[in-house]
Amino acid sequence: MMGTRRGIISGGAKTLSAAGLFALMGASGSARAAANSSQDVALLNAALGLEHEGIAAYQLGAESKLLQTPVLQVAVTFQGHHKQHRDDLVAAIKRLGGAPVAAKSMDDYAKELNAGSLKSQTDVLKLALKLERGATNAYLGIIPTLGASDLHTLAARTACDEAFHTAILANALGEAIPQKAPLFG
Amino acid sequence: MRIRLAPFAALFLFTAASPLHAAAPPAGDPSRGAEIYESHCGACHSLDANRVGPKHRGVVGRKAGIVPGFNYTRALKSSGIVWTADALDRWLSGPAKIVPGTAMGFVLSSPQQRADVIAYLKQQK
Repeated sequence: MMGTRRGIISGGAKTLSAAGLFALMGASGSARAAANSSQDVALLNAALGLEHEGIAAYQLGAESKLLQTPVLQVAVTFQGHHKQHRDDLVAAIKRLGGAPVAAKSMDDYAKELNAGSLKSQTDVLKLALKLERGATNAYLGIIPTLGASDLHTLAARTACDEAFHTAILANALGEAIPQKAPLFG
Repeated sequence: MRIRLAPFAALFLFTAASPLHAAAPPAGDPSRGAEIYESHCGACHSLDANRVGPKHRGVVGRKAGIVPGFNYTRALKSSGIVWTADALDRWLSGPAKIVPGTAMGFVLSSPQQRADVIAYLKQQK
């Protein structure tokens, strides 16, 4: 579909939303800003979905009765960080005039995360590590796409928190320290 | 002189940026791709469950926006994209440039990493 220039042009035309049309037609500053804001809202809502899922994952872990008390305390602390991220994202989305996505039900999250397969503390920690490591890379990966510079800061700051969680969880699971930098991105 | 050269400079920039003249993507390694998928895509995606993003099993060759039970943006649903290896490579280089309005903003900037992930996804039928 995208193998020829004609294909790109015709394929591109099908995909152009307001943001794309504004970019091509040299829209006014305010129209372009609105399109950029709309794009930022879409990206922040995806990040918010990720935070909702992270909060649910720690909730599933906490309620699993698989975690020893000190580990449970750390899990609840990390969940608190994710709630703060959620609140930061909700505030940013509202500032841009968007509607924040709601969390799904705990049953949905349990199914999506295959919570039934968690049989030990190690299983819970491995799931948390996978989500935290992925979240670090996800936040770093959306920075080039976010339009507003204050959102770059928000994404970078949140990525640092996720990286902190990743390091703690990897250490708890006995993962070797990576020998090559960069560790993320 | 500068004015006369301008059209040629523009032509050069256009052809240099054209995919017809782009370098061939590197060969992908599916086992490296599995690791990258887990560490970079796994925050939002799984092979067999719709999460923040849609499930990925069978994605190569599939039309965009048709996985049942996933709430796609209107932009992606109407994109007309078919997820060939080439389309995935462009998508992962800058999703919002390909489909403005998409909720997927994640950019995998390394061509090698993109090739590895695509090689992995090709195997997940």
